[in-house]
Amino acid sequence: MSAKISFQAVSRRFAHQSASFLALDRLSVDVADGEFVTLVGPSGCGKSTALAIAAGLIEPTGGEMIVDGRNVRGPGPERGVIFQQYALFPWLTVRQNVEFGLRIAGRRAAERRAIAQRFIDLVGLSDFADALPKVLSGGMKQRCAIARAYAVDPTILLMDEPFGALDALTRVQMQDQLLDTWSRERRTVMFVTHDVDEAVYLANRVIVMAARPGRLYEIIPVALPYPRTEAIRLSGAFAEIRNRVWRAVYHQHARPPDGAVQDHEREMR
Amino acid sequence: MSESAQAPAAPTPSRRGSNRRQLLLNAVAVCAGVALWGVAVSFGRLGLPSPAQVAVRGIELIRSGQLLADLLSSLSRVLVGFALGVALAIPVGFLMGWYPTARGLIEPFVQFFRMIPPLAVIPLAIVTMGIGETPKVFVIFLAVFLSSVIATFQGVISVDKTLINAARVLGAKDGTIFRRVIIPASTPFILVGMRIGLGSAWATVVAAELIAAQSGLGFRMQQAELYYDLATIFVSLITIGILGLAMDRLLLALETRLTQWQERM
Repeated sequence: MSAKISFQAVSRRFAHQSASFLALDRLSVDVADGEFVTLVGPSGCGKSTALAIAAGLIEPTGGEMIVDGRNVRGPGPERGVIFQQYALFPWLTVRQNVEFGLRIAGRRAAERRAIAQRFIDLVGLSDFADALPKVLSGGMKQRCAIARAYAVDPTILLMDEPFGALDALTRVQMQDQLLDTWSRERRTVMFVTHDVDEAVYLANRVIVMAARPGRLYEIIPVALPYPRTEAIRLSGAFAEIRNRVWRAVYHQHARPPDGAVQDHEREMR
Repeated sequence: MSESAQAPAAPTPSRRGSNRRQLLLNAVAVCAGVALWGVAVSFGRLGLPSPAQVAVRGIELIRSGQLLADLLSSLSRVLVGFALGVALAIPVGFLMGWYPTARGLIEPFVQFFRMIPPLAVIPLAIVTMGIGETPKVFVIFLAVFLSSVIATFQGVISVDKTLINAARVLGAKDGTIFRRVIIPASTPFILVGMRIGLGSAWATVVAAELIAAQSGLGFRMQQAELYYDLATIFVSLITIGILGLAMDRLLLALETRLTQWQERM
């Protein structure tokens, strides 16, 4: 049983002048290959820190961060990252943005162009391939960022509140598109969000975290079938799980319910 | 591919119309200004030349080729000093922004010399470098370097960290990040620094020529001053203004072209 992504008692302490605070306290979570997990929790629970550690953008100050059986040493193209602020290069067109990683990987021009075109088509930006990011809407920018991440063919997608800045309608569309491509390509996805509905709708398992210090609170499995549809979103079963996640996020006990965490970890195996 | 996305970037008819209106207003204002000058001179006892006298003197100076000669010698000083200043400021600014060690070593000098007006260096430059071209070009170089180096440095340190992270997660190493993220992202800052530098280059060249030169627009004004030749002084001043404006517009056009990717409100 080797996990794709394995947090092993991962901690991160940030120092600010004389004071320091613990952003993440001994997080231990395994994510299986092809699994879709979401991380939710109040602000300051370390969910984005955890994601950045998995991405290799931040180093843990304690514990082991293992991806594909190896210790993480910096970022790598097998882990695609999608940021909330899109992080498109504003001086490059959509096509040039999507080709950015391929260029670094040393792919030839014709090959780059073909791959980029495929992913631009996939996210529905064909008509805007030669446009600069400034003319795109928020949703289109994020689709471009997704195409850019997909183009280098990562086996893992790390998404940090990618739809947080979008309006509710666009967000639902983006969720469906994401699930659609995920179900076809089966990448492993870690998705950070503060939206409980989104967390439940997307995930195999919802990882609920607690704040001060940031730590694991509860892992809630989502026993709903894929493809997820509107019928599922509006079902009683969905509401039940959502309510459970909601209570876990907004009515946290002082200490995590030990039994619950143990149970779910057993369930996973 | 469809270019529909770029459509909003093209000027709309109404905007083009308002541009023309602006130009017309500008032209009217310039004519009114010159007319006011003429009226003021004919009524008052300002002791200033009239627009007509200045125009006549201007034509004479153009005919004799003196204006062109003066203009070229001032312009060449500005361009050489400007080119040298920018050529050194950009790498030094990048160095300061990218390596904290370089910043620590260079910043005290830059901040100190920035506080000294370049004109104040002229006496020292003349004493140590003589009265040839070197001291004048040096002072202009200094003025341009100091304003451009700060702008470049600011540009580098204000590059959005998320963009650097986005490049890193796509597999970019330091060299690539520098070439493909830091340089383009700081271009707008560098161009602003260049424009400020150009402004101070013009101010500096004229002052340097007033003090020690055998040619140039500043030298011509200094000569004219001796003979109470106000018309020549006016012609020189107007030439300096027009040239400075033209070069600034040129840089502005370059800036607009190179940074048209920026989101402007």
